[in-house]
Amino acid sequence: MSDHIVRAFDADLRTLRGMIAEMGGLAEKMMTESTRALAARDIELARRVIAMDPKLDALQREIEEKAILTIARRQPMAVDLRDVVSAIRIASDLERIGDLAKNVAKRVVAIAGQFHPQKIVTGVEHMSDLVMAQLRDVLDAYAARDDERAMDVWKRDGQIDALYTALFRELLTYMMEDPRNITFCTHLLFAAKNVERIGDHTTNIGETVHYLVTGHTLTAERPKNDTSSFTTLDEATGS
Amino acid sequence: MVTDHPETFHNQGPTTVNRMADLTMPLTPAAGLFTANEAKVTARDVTVHYGEKQALFGVSIDIPERSVTAFIGPSGCGKSTFLRCINRMNDTIPICRVAGEIRIDGADIYDRRLDPVLLRARVGMVFQKPNPFPKSIYENVAYGPRIHGTTTSRQELDEVVETSLRKAGLWDEVKDRLDQPGTGLSGGQQQRLCIARAIAVGPEVILMDEPCSALDPIATARIEELIFELARNFTIVIVTHSMQQAARVSQQTAFFHLGHLVEYGATEQIFTAPSDTRTQDYITGRFG
Repeated sequence: MSDHIVRAFDADLRTLRGMIAEMGGLAEKMMTESTRALAARDIELARRVIAMDPKLDALQREIEEKAILTIARRQPMAVDLRDVVSAIRIASDLERIGDLAKNVAKRVVAIAGQFHPQKIVTGVEHMSDLVMAQLRDVLDAYAARDDERAMDVWKRDGQIDALYTALFRELLTYMMEDPRNITFCTHLLFAAKNVERIGDHTTNIGETVHYLVTGHTLTAERPKNDTSSFTTLDEATGS
Repeated sequence: MVTDHPETFHNQGPTTVNRMADLTMPLTPAAGLFTANEAKVTARDVTVHYGEKQALFGVSIDIPERSVTAFIGPSGCGKSTFLRCINRMNDTIPICRVAGEIRIDGADIYDRRLDPVLLRARVGMVFQKPNPFPKSIYENVAYGPRIHGTTTSRQELDEVVETSLRKAGLWDEVKDRLDQPGTGLSGGQQQRLCIARAIAVGPEVILMDEPCSALDPIATARIEELIFELARNFTIVIVTHSMQQAARVSQQTAFFHLGHLVEYGATEQIFTAPSDTRTQDYITGRFG
């Protein structure tokens, strides 16, 4: 798109986009490392993830301030207005993603020092990888103003929900097999739930990118396959 | 009066047939009505020339009653030219030729037998620079009812003056000095006096050509509040260079560029998600 007559306005918008990119990078890193920490039960790495969160919070505040200032100073219209509003929305989703990654890291600290079969962790790791790919894709879609790509992310969220439901059943089965697994599996279940929520925020960002590019708000219900809230013990264990 | 508009609805001949066809011609979706209100002013294929130079190219638009419609666009885009077509102000410019059709409540306003003076009583106009007559405040407002003979007694005239000044939100400020010259008022008050003068003859449509461009923000806010009030009873068309003003006061916005009506839609749509790139570039300050 061509530049504004007032070039300082372009600079304002560029700064906002740059800050979102920085936040996105940081949130992605927190997500990757918390998963790695979980897989390897690496407390040091988990603590480093926890320590990253204040930086992400500070960035969100900066973006909000900058966006408000831009609205006051430039009175943006049409695509510019959507640009500024999207920055505020995406910053808030990324901040939540950081919080959720931090929560996963906290679980790593809680379950440290106990031996558990790796196969139990693998499911959560696999789900994290999927969500991570989603987050990366949606951030790329934002940077490229690519509605199609953002919508792909949005549509894929159903897979993650389905995976979470499957994981929920699996963990329930381990708990049934051996009550000594319960503490560990409960922590894992919370970790998985956090990852699933990260997926939700990722699709929120997808919706925001759609609004930014087209000017229309998505009205359709997102495909949801998380049925764990209705799953009973009998169903889960197949007994 | 030099208008290129010899045929009227009632005339016979092939041209009439064409013009009938124009009336039933479907509008582009963007130019039709999108409010619950009925169309007050309908224009079809309006073209304006100033001598050799074409200023408007086939403008078709439906303007709904009792609401505010804003015309925006860069200088020279034709928005004021089109506004002036609605009360035949262009008749006063010898080199100006208007073609196409404009109807108010279904009646052709370029009908030969229609007296433009009567038309202008129905379609009032407020200009960029407040232009009160060099007379008293009272006389400024009483002038229209007097020349149109719409009042029969002094008492009735007094009432019209008071009501008009009240509707224009000026009464409380001037009621004790109605005999003072209108030119002695502040800019914002003068503009409201001009609005009172326009209202006094009982118009249905009020055209405003950048009514706030010479006013400070407080006086502008007063006029905008007044426009909002007036829209309950009048059909208001406002030309403005301020995007924020158009966004604040209007329900419909029409964007003109190089003599063409580029986009017409609900104001909230135009300012958040315009469909034409030219509209977008203009309202976001990407070209002037």
